[in-house]
Amino acid sequence: MKPFGYVRAGTVEEAVEALAAHPGARCLGGGTNLVDLMKLGVEHPDVLVDVSRLPLDTVEELPDGSVRVGATVRNSDLAAHPLVRDRYPALSQALLAGASGQLRNAATTGGNLLQRTRCPHFQDLSKPCNKRAPGSGCGAREGTHRDHAVLGHSEHCIATHPSDMAVALAALDAHVELYGDEGARDVPADRFHRLPGDHPERDTGIRPGELITGVVLPPTTASLPSAYRKARDRASYAFALASVAAVLETADDGTVTHVGLAFGALAHKPWRAERAETALHGAPATPDSFARAVDLELEAARPLRDNGYKVPLARNLAVDVLTRLAPPARRPRHLTEDS
Amino acid sequence: MSSEPTPEHRSDTALRVNGKPHTLRLDHRRVLLDVLREDLGLTGAKKGCDHGQCGACTVLVDGRRVNSCLLLAVSLDGCDVTTVEGLTDGDDDLHPLQQAFLDRDAFQCGYCTPGQICSAVGVLAEAEAGHPSHVTDPAAPSGRPVPLDAAEIRERLSGNLCRCGAYPHIVEAVEDVI
Repeated sequence: MKPFGYVRAGTVEEAVEALAAHPGARCLGGGTNLVDLMKLGVEHPDVLVDVSRLPLDTVEELPDGSVRVGATVRNSDLAAHPLVRDRYPALSQALLAGASGQLRNAATTGGNLLQRTRCPHFQDLSKPCNKRAPGSGCGAREGTHRDHAVLGHSEHCIATHPSDMAVALAALDAHVELYGDEGARDVPADRFHRLPGDHPERDTGIRPGELITGVVLPPTTASLPSAYRKARDRASYAFALASVAAVLETADDGTVTHVGLAFGALAHKPWRAERAETALHGAPATPDSFARAVDLELEAARPLRDNGYKVPLARNLAVDVLTRLAPPARRPRHLTEDS
Repeated sequence: MSSEPTPEHRSDTALRVNGKPHTLRLDHRRVLLDVLREDLGLTGAKKGCDHGQCGACTVLVDGRRVNSCLLLAVSLDGCDVTTVEGLTDGDDDLHPLQQAFLDRDAFQCGYCTPGQICSAVGVLAEAEAGHPSHVTDPAAPSGRPVPLDAAEIRERLSGNLCRCGAYPHIVEAVEDVI
């Protein structure tokens, strides 16, 4: 590991000043991904700006009914917070499906969004990787890619974004708050991460010197039925092979009045299923409608040699999660008992 | 380490470890696990994977369980650290979890055991504070202590690998102290 300077920021302004003064700096939150990448030689910052003690460690309700989550709130505290558990269950479930108890105690909200892909080629300096070393090629395309993207990938990169939390934020219509030299701005969570295109080295649209200050969950999805489901190689402590976050509201006549659907582990970003959502608005909240809508979404899938299994896996997860969120009267009989 | 640190690459860092204060001048690259083992002679916390994947390095920082291999020591200035050595009350009185691990024969080689025990201490506190887990019923009320059955213990300790496969006895040992 290369020696580096260390600055502990006491305020957001101090952090932004330090980032401006050190263009080769990285922000240190919980460090659970960054420190690992520094050990691997993937990241080699000149300076770490420690933002983990910024006064952004609270979850609070805003006057308009939104819930604001500070960037340094730890994943475990966020998952346990009554405002999150009671109003945005998909977010709590997504956080608890990720990592381990120890990692969730350290990992921050901001850091979770900025974690890098776990593509083994990205993490191995001996391999080509356009995300780590632009122009070096993609070793995964013809190499190990069972866990990689089936949607929105490019010839330059087929990596997936590893976050569970971000998938729930996308489905819940959350916003990410940013602060930088030019002041504050916010970005819809489902547009915070980007597709790889010609620049896979850019995971997000965050500007140089900008800091994530928080995440805002809107009143529009508060207390709607929502859930997160994740398929992985073992029962716990593994990254997703495919995951689904869904929010569903239905009218008395059983038609869909609001739906938010996002997939994890299928793309370079949490994949908001906009085509499926459009197809479901006003449609009956039945397994058949859910299946038709999800199939429409997944028509865009372009699986690689070894990851075609993700398409039916994601489809079945999504149909199941939506069906369980639909009112009981609309459930087929086999899902009404203990399911 | 690939190159020598210059003064701007080191900082004075105050740590309180198992109740004892230390001030160390540390290269920023050093992680808590290495400081505990190499500078303070506390070899209970183990280096397994060194990448936050195995849990052998688990210690408590300000009462919360964390992977000490991924924490830069400089970032913990002013923190309170408890290692497995600090769980005992005097030389003879083991922590109830330590005693339960002995009683239940909850290890074979023992390499993961200090991490398992520190992690379990964290699990008990988290459940008492009402933190849910992946297997907690989402409909369970927020803020109330979560009862720890075997499924809860297994899920909550999933960040601690045991290559000897002592898992069934580890779960029994934790159940003994609930």
